[in-house]
Amino acid sequence: MSIIAWTAVWVVITFSIYIGIAVWSRVADTKGFYVAGQGIPAVANGMAVGADWMSAASFISLAGIVSFMGFDGSVYLMGWTGGYVLLALLLAPYLRKFGEYTVPDFVARRYYSNTARVVAAIAALFVSFTYVAGQMRGVGVVFSRFLGPFLDPVASALGVEVLSLGVVVGMAIVAMYAVLGGMKGVTWTQVAQYCVLIIAYLIPAVAIAMELTGNPVPQGAIGDVVPQLDQLQTDLGLNAYTGPFANLSMLNVFCITLVLMAGTAGLPHVIVRFYTVRTVKAARWSAVWALLFIAILYTVAPAIAMFSRLEILTSFSELGAQGMAQQLGWVQSWTQAGLIESGGWTRETSVTQMLAGIDRDIIVLATPELAGLSNWVVGLVAAGGLAAALSTASGLMIVISSSLAHDIYGEIINPDASEQRRLRVGRLSIGVGVLVAGLAGIYPPGFVAEVVAFAFGLAAASFFPILVLGIFWKRCNRQGAVPGMIVGLVFTFVMIVLMRIDVITEGAIATPIIDSFLGINAVGIGIVGMILNFIVTIAISLNTKTPPQEVQDLVEQVRYPRELTADELKEAVA
Amino acid sequence: MAESPTPNIDRVTYWHTQIRRTAILLAVWFVAGFVLSIFLAEPLNGFRFGGIPFGFWMAQQGSIFVFVSLVFIYTITSNRLDREAGVEETEDTTSSAGEAH
Repeated sequence: MSIIAWTAVWVVITFSIYIGIAVWSRVADTKGFYVAGQGIPAVANGMAVGADWMSAASFISLAGIVSFMGFDGSVYLMGWTGGYVLLALLLAPYLRKFGEYTVPDFVARRYYSNTARVVAAIAALFVSFTYVAGQMRGVGVVFSRFLGPFLDPVASALGVEVLSLGVVVGMAIVAMYAVLGGMKGVTWTQVAQYCVLIIAYLIPAVAIAMELTGNPVPQGAIGDVVPQLDQLQTDLGLNAYTGPFANLSMLNVFCITLVLMAGTAGLPHVIVRFYTVRTVKAARWSAVWALLFIAILYTVAPAIAMFSRLEILTSFSELGAQGMAQQLGWVQSWTQAGLIESGGWTRETSVTQMLAGIDRDIIVLATPELAGLSNWVVGLVAAGGLAAALSTASGLMIVISSSLAHDIYGEIINPDASEQRRLRVGRLSIGVGVLVAGLAGIYPPGFVAEVVAFAFGLAAASFFPILVLGIFWKRCNRQGAVPGMIVGLVFTFVMIVLMRIDVITEGAIATPIIDSFLGINAVGIGIVGMILNFIVTIAISLNTKTPPQEVQDLVEQVRYPRELTADELKEAVA
Repeated sequence: MAESPTPNIDRVTYWHTQIRRTAILLAVWFVAGFVLSIFLAEPLNGFRFGGIPFGFWMAQQGSIFVFVSLVFIYTITSNRLDREAGVEETEDTTSSAGEAH
């Protein structure tokens, strides 16, 4: 069977599984809708966190980015795993003990303020929308690359592009299981999606490791590959692959890594997953499983990055760019797909010119072909990319829905609403969220291109400090936290806009207004916002009055897994 | 309630122990993720670990293994400390989300 036929088979099989799960896990109350009735076992929650976490970008682009950045690509590898240490040690168990449904719920109760709730809900909405638009686009891209010829007749009959058709199909699937099953439906489909995506990622990686080194474990196989790769890079006149700070200064590597970690710990769609388990103990175990499942992909990605780079550079040194374009099947097929520009490759083409003609996403998409694997594996990779995009999109949909329906409607506009009405508004807001996200996927606004800077920078600068202080420092109060959060948000937002105005306005303003702030670029700037948030919150809290007794009791309560009795609380205060 | 009748340690000790352990684990997190993988990456690349320059290996593999281990150690030790201090949850002492709703 051809690649296209296999892709279609895998997509139909996996999508049927997701829809089956959606129908099986329908929910009838808000607790099921927002926190899956807290009945999720720790291992399953770990997989759900993994799928929620690993987006289309992690699956398709991560290895490619690392491959092209060499050492400096470590910012993403460490940033997107190390954040789970902060989350597991500083937030997850305590927020689970607190309970409730959303991150703004905690902010509102801990800082006894609906203003705090609204600021938090708006931050959660903005972060999630930026993020979800990219996922929807990822779905469209996978569809058009792998199923293009298959869907072309349908798309042209409807008078739309294949990419748009892909986005619409993706939207329909997410809407179906998120509206019906809420968090419960989303969680169980994410468990299935994790399995699909990790299998699809590992098969080609193991095969190519085996082929290159005879060692099937990619993490072990790199021991043989690294010296060859460094040697080859040097022979071709490039910097050593393992040499640090070729693309980013040490300051930026530090700031970006830290901002991605703190942002990870502050991202609402990740935090809420820890509300879905039964106990604090299970929340801790969820974090262990989650990080383990994520680490499997994140330690294999740099290996794939190195294997592919070695293959590409070896081909170049043997054949030259012209030879590659004439003799290699994968170069020809991906040139047709528009991801390699090999048309101008001649005898004189240098290695840097050749590399510049290759789209980074090739690294994962073409790995099965590089390793000479059968067509069914190539098709499976497409299904894996779709699983990664859909699972992340659906997790974000729950946050968008809960921010609108629970925090803004249920707590502020109409606190007296009945359970049924809340559930209806929740479902409706997912519907609206999916539509808006789909539109943003088809007509992407400029800021979506800066999703990493916005999502992680804003989460690090707004949520992370006030959540950590809220748990570990009883003295922290509303007077400090609300301005702290606003200062962090506004500073980071303005700085990113100033530094990336050219991308955000899609070239209408051609040059950035400032290049960097104290040498820190747009992705790392959230760290300054975070520090400002800490300073403002602490300074004002110390100079204003102590929070009310019931809030101090709440803080005491979240520190212990078991519910403390009134007597025990009194003891603690004394 | 299935609470253990005589906890070995009191709650103040429990919390201080938790804070101290968290601080130690975060110090390891910082050393693995930032000191060895970023600040000292260049000099450490002079040493090889299984054929791979050590600074690079830490940044792309080692630090991630350390992160997983830290969360694992935290979970094991915290769950044990819960029992020693008599603050672990049982079926009927678990608080559940959404009680306020």
